[in-house]
Amino acid sequence: MRTFRLGGIHPPENKITAGSAIRELPVPEQVSIPIYQHIGAPPKIIVERGQEVLVGQPLANSEGFISSNIHSSVSGKILKIDNITDISGYKRTAVVIRVDGDNWVETIDRSDKLVKKIESESQEIVQTVLQMGIVGLGGATFPTHVKLSIPRGKEADYLIVNGAECEPYLTSDHILMLEKTDEILTGIIIMMKALKVEKTVIGIENNKTDAISRLKEHARNFEGIEVQGLKVKYPQGGEKQLIKAVINREVPSGGLPIDVGAVVFNVGTMFAVYEAVQKNKPLIDRIVTITGKELADPGNYRVRLGTPISTLIEAAGGLPENTGKVINGGPMMGKALNSLDVPVIKGTSGVTLLPREEASRKEIQNCIRCTKCITVCPMGLEPYLLMSMGEKEMFERMELEKTMDCIECGSCSYICPSNRPLLDYIRLGKVEVNKIRRARKN
Amino acid sequence: MGLITVSPSPHDHSSESVPKLMYGVLIALLPAFLVSVYIFGIGTLIVTATAVISCVLFEFLIQKYLLREKSTVKDGSAVITGVLIAFCLPSNLPIWLVILGSLVAIGIGKMSFGGLGNNPFNPALVGRVFLFVSFPVQLTNWPEPLTNRMVYLDATTGATPLALMKEGMKNGESITSILSDIPAYIDLFLGKMGGSAGEIAAIALLLGLAYMLVRKIITWHIPASILLTVAVFTGILWMVNPDKNPDPVFHLLSGGLMLGAIFMATDYVTSPMNVKGMWIYGIMIGIITVIIRVFGSYPEGVQFAILIMNAFVPLINKYIKPRRFGERLEDG
Repeated sequence: MRTFRLGGIHPPENKITAGSAIRELPVPEQVSIPIYQHIGAPPKIIVERGQEVLVGQPLANSEGFISSNIHSSVSGKILKIDNITDISGYKRTAVVIRVDGDNWVETIDRSDKLVKKIESESQEIVQTVLQMGIVGLGGATFPTHVKLSIPRGKEADYLIVNGAECEPYLTSDHILMLEKTDEILTGIIIMMKALKVEKTVIGIENNKTDAISRLKEHARNFEGIEVQGLKVKYPQGGEKQLIKAVINREVPSGGLPIDVGAVVFNVGTMFAVYEAVQKNKPLIDRIVTITGKELADPGNYRVRLGTPISTLIEAAGGLPENTGKVINGGPMMGKALNSLDVPVIKGTSGVTLLPREEASRKEIQNCIRCTKCITVCPMGLEPYLLMSMGEKEMFERMELEKTMDCIECGSCSYICPSNRPLLDYIRLGKVEVNKIRRARKN
Repeated sequence: MGLITVSPSPHDHSSESVPKLMYGVLIALLPAFLVSVYIFGIGTLIVTATAVISCVLFEFLIQKYLLREKSTVKDGSAVITGVLIAFCLPSNLPIWLVILGSLVAIGIGKMSFGGLGNNPFNPALVGRVFLFVSFPVQLTNWPEPLTNRMVYLDATTGATPLALMKEGMKNGESITSILSDIPAYIDLFLGKMGGSAGEIAAIALLLGLAYMLVRKIITWHIPASILLTVAVFTGILWMVNPDKNPDPVFHLLSGGLMLGAIFMATDYVTSPMNVKGMWIYGIMIGIITVIIRVFGSYPEGVQFAILIMNAFVPLINKYIKPRRFGERLEDG
């Protein structure tokens, strides 16, 4: 069975919610919709305080090429446009809406009926994806329309769909593949049309055999889509690792997937694209896994964006007494939250609660040069060296040692027997190398 | 709700820890220890206990009274140093020499550089070589196998196979006549020969290697590259002139080669950080060992070979880089 070659680890999978059917989370009384939910420029707000809005109505329009539209996920009255704490921990602009009923914009098709026939042409699809605020739902939230605009001189021959879901605990992609199989496959066909590619491979880790066989079976009714089971290994869902595993091509250092003829999307994004193009529905909700060993009723929920994470936790049985950490995402790459009032956004694939005994780090000891961090690094870097350079603020050297190639998967910190905060220092180095690079340009 | 912790990812950690790795190495050393107790008896027990207790005690005292830092003796690395020193000493060595060697190993070889992780040379070998060059007579006084189980200092002594070989060749004897004075290869493999306490039984050391590989404590690259290089190099010499050079099997089974290749050269702190570097390091250790054994005046050379290559490790780490992801395409 295929996988990527260099490095990787096997953290405990803890997929407690695997196979748990998607439940609809009731619309909360109030939502806070952050304007900045994606990578790139924040969009421009086009609504005002006191205004009444419908579900699916635009709240903010993208500014510049790498940006995204934001829509209202509820109907009601805009209470205020104010700074709130978002998942970054910083206070940033959000539209706060008091919910009143559930009235949708009329053009949205709310039925569950599968619409397979694709009316839109390539350029229309790109426009719709932009209009409907679609971004990468695997967690990186990179605006999808940007990836559809292939730079001059480059050519894509493969669409790769990421169903690896290598992050421990999370199961939102898994359940989506099981319940929305044909919608995902239609979404893929839409993207193949937009990109003008003829071949698609869906990469799925082998701990989801039900999803692999179901997608394989349904893919027979669609042209050009292949399903590839992959040996379980973290971080297989990393874009570069997935391309390597699926079509055995290596994205060069500093390069993009398109440099090897590939475009990668998450399965969740494919479902969002389906809804946007076939159902005229903007990105206003997503599947979120709410999970944790001590939660009474963990599960996979369809959640309106802007819903406070506390509401989601309540639905799953309430915050367990012994909670030490609340993570937006999973334990390997997720972000620890400093407040439970933080809203669910486009990039929230899950919320993981860790018990107190798993919440804090262990005591740091001397590096014993055991080479484990090098062995597990999927990018072939030397984390021990980068950390020691980071400590000594040798940022120019860090650039030469390929610090910028780090995908921040955390395998090094995970494996280190001396509990050294390797990734913390590599992140510091990346920030500083970026500063150096910007200064060099000016 | 109580306070929640906020820290950067990852939020999970493997069960790896320094003590876990170190105690894993100690378990791997156990078979060789048991064989040694069987072959040399009480001497092995006394020398090993002395070395381990001295190493732990010296590390504890130095950290407490000289460096005034938190004690790390519980991590098990001082215990390993102690066992390894004992393993490369004769089991009839007086206690005071064992203590002196342990002091040099821990005090000079390890703590003077800042403790575990910072020492450039393998501490046990530093201690062993210090004793070897300072007290050559006591250090080459090997108890006979199997006959001295209940005697310590007064053990009857004899030469090691490597020393017999060196002596015989110096006197111009033929390999076949020298080999007739040396135990059969199967006895060398099982450890029925004179030598340092822990170096004798290839089978026990290989068992330890297998354990460390299964537990992923070390990778196979360093032991394999050393043993392979010694086999190839001595194999060439043997094929060129079988009357003057013993065959590779003799070289692999005699002296401290197995102990060095499996437990000394693989010391985390003093060996290279990536696979390419490990190959260079291992091949060079193999070459230097054979050069000393065949052309030098000492019968054994593996400890010097390892210490010499320890000195090159920073250089190897600086210039030999792991294969980066995306490198091949970039080059092509």
